[in-house]
Amino acid sequence: MKKERLFKVIFATSALFSVVAVGVISIFLFASAIPTIAEIGPLKFLLGTTWKPGSNLYGILPMILGSIVVTLISIIIGVPLGIATALYLTFFASNKVKKVMNPSVELLAGIPSVVYGFFGLMVLVPIMRTVTGNGKSILTASILLSVMILPTIVTVSQSSLNALDPALLEGALALGDSKERAVLRVMMPAASSGIMSSVVLGIGRSIGETMAVVMVAGNQPRIPSSLLEGARTMTANIVLEMGYAADLHREALLATGAVLFVFILLINLSFSLIRRKKK
Amino acid sequence: MSEKIKVENLHLYYGEKEALKGIDLSVKENMIMSFIGPSGCGKSTFLRCLNRMNDLIPTCRIEGKVYYGGEDIYADKYDVARLRKNVGMVFQKPNPFPFSIFDNIAYGPRTHGIKNKVKLREIVEKSLCEAGLFDEVKDRLNSSALGLSGGQMQRLCIARALSVEPDVLLLDEPTSALDPISTEKIEELLLKLKKDYTIVIVTHNMQQALRISDMTAFFLLGNMIECDDTTKMFSSPTDKRTEDYITGRFG
Amino acid sequence: MNSSKVISIILKVSAFIVMLILVAIIGYVMILGIPQLKLSLFQWKYTSDNVSMLPSIINTILMVVFSLLIAVPLGLGAAIFLTQYKREGKIVKLIRMTSETLSGIPSIVYGLFGNIFFATFCGFGYSLLSGALTMSIMVLPLILRTSEEALLAVPDALAEGSLALGAGKIRTISAVLLPSAMPGIVSGVILGMGRILGESAALIYTAGTAATMASGLLSQARTLSVHMYALTSEGLHMEEARAVAAVLMVLVLIVNFISRKIGKKAGGKNE
Repeated sequence: MKKERLFKVIFATSALFSVVAVGVISIFLFASAIPTIAEIGPLKFLLGTTWKPGSNLYGILPMILGSIVVTLISIIIGVPLGIATALYLTFFASNKVKKVMNPSVELLAGIPSVVYGFFGLMVLVPIMRTVTGNGKSILTASILLSVMILPTIVTVSQSSLNALDPALLEGALALGDSKERAVLRVMMPAASSGIMSSVVLGIGRSIGETMAVVMVAGNQPRIPSSLLEGARTMTANIVLEMGYAADLHREALLATGAVLFVFILLINLSFSLIRRKKK
Repeated sequence: MSEKIKVENLHLYYGEKEALKGIDLSVKENMIMSFIGPSGCGKSTFLRCLNRMNDLIPTCRIEGKVYYGGEDIYADKYDVARLRKNVGMVFQKPNPFPFSIFDNIAYGPRTHGIKNKVKLREIVEKSLCEAGLFDEVKDRLNSSALGLSGGQMQRLCIARALSVEPDVLLLDEPTSALDPISTEKIEELLLKLKKDYTIVIVTHNMQQALRISDMTAFFLLGNMIECDDTTKMFSSPTDKRTEDYITGRFG
Repeated sequence: MNSSKVISIILKVSAFIVMLILVAIIGYVMILGIPQLKLSLFQWKYTSDNVSMLPSIINTILMVVFSLLIAVPLGLGAAIFLTQYKREGKIVKLIRMTSETLSGIPSIVYGLFGNIFFATFCGFGYSLLSGALTMSIMVLPLILRTSEEALLAVPDALAEGSLALGAGKIRTISAVLLPSAMPGIVSGVILGMGRILGESAALIYTAGTAATMASGLLSQARTLSVHMYALTSEGLHMEEARAVAAVLMVLVLIVNFISRKIGKKAGGKNE
């Protein structure tokens, strides 16, 4: 039974690969980031408001705020739209409509970031320029991101709504409630933890999105005072300057990546907490 | 005693399949009527015709008349919400909403426009008392209904159905998921409730029908074979098939 | 108007908006892109005159092939381990947790990691190899999850039947389980293909941006998505960028379609 043994080891090794990958990724990101942040000074780095690599100023607060604000607005726009669509698809859509819409939502998830960015640049930016006077802005980026997170919100919410006991809906209807109101007042709250997970996953996608945001956010590395101004996210900061950065500048970009990574880890953590609560 | 529900020549189809084949029945007020019969005989389907819960099934089609309080409930402009408010329903598996006990009971009154907190509280307490649950839960009205035992959940569902002041109560095998002690509690409760309500109960358990109901209807393969006084039906059924069923020869 | 009517309208309108967005994006990209397609865009060699996308298309194919060569065995092996050997325990929990973490890491962080680890630390430079290694970690959780679902969907009775005949575990896995789970696994692999095809942020600083065809594992390999980003951000070749967008869109549509078709065979999981 040597062969059996050998294969078991092979399978176990492959399974352990993701553990190794996460380990190596964390080690390499933090091993380069921590000394950098120490060198710049943690407060100067995380709370510094000026990013000017030319004059050795590496404050990433504008980028942190940029990421948070853009993500927040995209969630505010995308979540209601996504949940409403999920409710419609789960409880009201005919089979015919479902047959068209479910693949469409999947397709929306498959469109590459660059194509979203391209569409944003060519269509959304001119529209926003006409309407608000400023084409590339936080609002533009948020709108584009809200579309990009829709598939996540819709599919995850939909699967948790589908998992509910239909008897709940019947119970509400038997009390004389209309289906529309029962769906909103009983089914949606009943699926709240699944819907919350979809929102958390959406936040993760939104804060990590790079290419589409770079193309429409304006990318000014300063603290924005209005949603119609441009802003730079952490992701944009990395992708814009990594190509030519050297020495401390390059290290500061890696450290920006590490900060983003910490954000993602926190989001993942809250995701698993929500899921555990559900069980 | 006046007639609460009257059904005339009711046919029900799922697509092409005829599930109910012409049923005539009348239910008088302040009594318990039970529907018995083997699985798949159409008794639950028939029960759900009485508050139009079958409307939810897209392929379902109904012919014939069902009168509640003298009005045809399948008439064109009939208000289904009002019907379901007047004809409450309790399901086989307890289905409390994942809310607090209070909000479960308050759901119905809120649905029908009652917002006043004092009034809501009154209704909640009254309904829980009627369902014999108040003493067990009065200290934890704000905790989740999902923490109750199965029997308590089912009584909560009865309280929830009572909260909108119905006069008919439909129960679809309400004790089939419960232990004997909880079952007994619910049976006692139903006997108490029949003073104020008309009760129709589907049951799989013939002893239960015999214990609590005044009238019994026997269903088989989409037909109602016989409907009579419970004691009479169980002692001297007119139809051979009824006799076979209640003596345990099939089903 | 009563509240039910209002709710109904809001839900319908939301679903309609979602459809409208999809149609708008696909329609816009196609209508503007297709007229820009011309033969010179598909020449063997890229020059700044012809802005050919053919080298990038070939690079994309190479990137997909090499990434999957690494990711599929690893993901499938892990899925077999998690379904056939150990379904619970501390290690399994750790594996699941890390695989979930991997699937939540944004592409730009993968790009950074690939840059410092594969390109710099391992010395592979900006290359097809660095890119493919980075991509393989990125799609690993996807392959793992879809393979695991496919394997779990195979009825236990099948495996038991084989074991009862005296077949060993490996033989049971290779002769019974994998063939039955194949459609689901393949559909997952195709989804992985789609992700690599659409990826740009993780590849710019690992596989590089030179627009020529990769001549070996260690030469730069600008994929179609990266090509598209380069053209758009430079702003000099917007017509060509439109054409590339249309080609990318068509490829995404094809990948999606095939994955659905195969997924349906696997038991209608996508329906």
